[in-house]
Amino acid sequence: MQQIINFILRNKTFLLFLLLFALSLVFTIQSHSYHKSKFINSANFLTGGVYNSMNNISVYFSLKSQNQILAEENNHLKSLLFNAENKKDSTYIDSVSYGKKYKLTTGSIIKNSYTATDNVLLVNKGRKDSIKPDFGVITSKGIVGIIGEMSNNYATVISILNTTSSISARLKTTNHIGSLVWDGKSPNKMQLIDVEKAAPVTEGDTIVTSGRSSIFPKGVPIGTVIRFKLDEAENYYEIDLLLFNDMTNIEYVHIIENMDIEEITNLLNGINE
Amino acid sequence: MNSVISSNITRFLSLVLIQVLICSHINFLGYINPYIYILFIVLFPVKNNRLLFIFFSFLLGLTMDLFLDSGGVHAASCVFIAYARPVVLKFAFGMQYEHQTMKFNAVELGAMLTYITILAFIHHLILFSLEIFSISKVILILQKTLFSGIFTILLCILITIIFSRKMK
Repeated sequence: MQQIINFILRNKTFLLFLLLFALSLVFTIQSHSYHKSKFINSANFLTGGVYNSMNNISVYFSLKSQNQILAEENNHLKSLLFNAENKKDSTYIDSVSYGKKYKLTTGSIIKNSYTATDNVLLVNKGRKDSIKPDFGVITSKGIVGIIGEMSNNYATVISILNTTSSISARLKTTNHIGSLVWDGKSPNKMQLIDVEKAAPVTEGDTIVTSGRSSIFPKGVPIGTVIRFKLDEAENYYEIDLLLFNDMTNIEYVHIIENMDIEEITNLLNGINE
Repeated sequence: MNSVISSNITRFLSLVLIQVLICSHINFLGYINPYIYILFIVLFPVKNNRLLFIFFSFLLGLTMDLFLDSGGVHAASCVFIAYARPVVLKFAFGMQYEHQTMKFNAVELGAMLTYITILAFIHHLILFSLEIFSISKVILILQKTLFSGIFTILLCILITIIFSRKMK
């Protein structure tokens, strides 16, 4: 016993080093395997508060470009609205897409990040705004990510620029589905893998969300095809795409809640049992 | 004694704030960021309680991880360079360190440069290896280590020169 205590006392520095190093390794591995860190995340009142007060100042510097984006979105929505009015005289009611409900909350990104391989953003909406994990986050131009952890006022967003994330996407013209992944290199380019060989891909095609995961609605724009090739086994296409969204300049986002998600998950769980 | 403690607390807080609010958003050439918060570990008094020193370094790294959502990569690299610091000090300053007479205000620039260079590169290598966490991307790890390391070293040297109080 004496010897053990002596050993500990003699090597206390090394043991403390080992303990703390192992602890940080555990945190690291946890963040890599679940891509959600339970304890170490920036959605708490201290770090969220610091980023929020900084964002209150820095938001003024991007006013001009954000106004531009807003004007473009208004323009797009106006054109949708005016074109829809022309069809009003028909009595046709689309009963198939009637029950689909999505609730949108507007938030502001107070911490952006796009240089690491696993990027996490911070948004100024949290539990008080009835945000829950796995809600989708989009801008007017395209998708941004999925809500991860949250506190009362803040929530982290797992960016699409994260090597561990994978989002279901499809070609806009046909219904061929693939997974959207990121190789960690450029913040403007992503990869769509596992697209069926039979799909008629051409350069310049638009890629949109598939609506399969019930996180994002169907048809949210993602990007355009710039290059495509068959993978090593020659069964599937690997497509490089250019994002519509400028991930380096995000300010206002919409957080999407699928009101039917509970029903869908209950149904799927019922099938599995 | 009290002035040492208060100056270290101020340094800790100001370095954390400068790092998370400014330095982590520079993104020079797309991905190069300086990590100047290691100055806290670099400039920690030489005569210290090693247990406390390692613990404070862990705390510094963990604070960075909280702000930057990076799991535990900053904590791991900070703890490592804090543990390895005596060896690096001995290598860079030699006799001066062994006689326990050195002060960071009054050392040669060359020795200081060697010291910061070694610590910064060890720190960045561990940081990026753990952050990228994939052996197949070893080129990317080395590339990030090299370029971010150069940026960090330049800024650290500049800051130490600007803030050093010459006792002449």
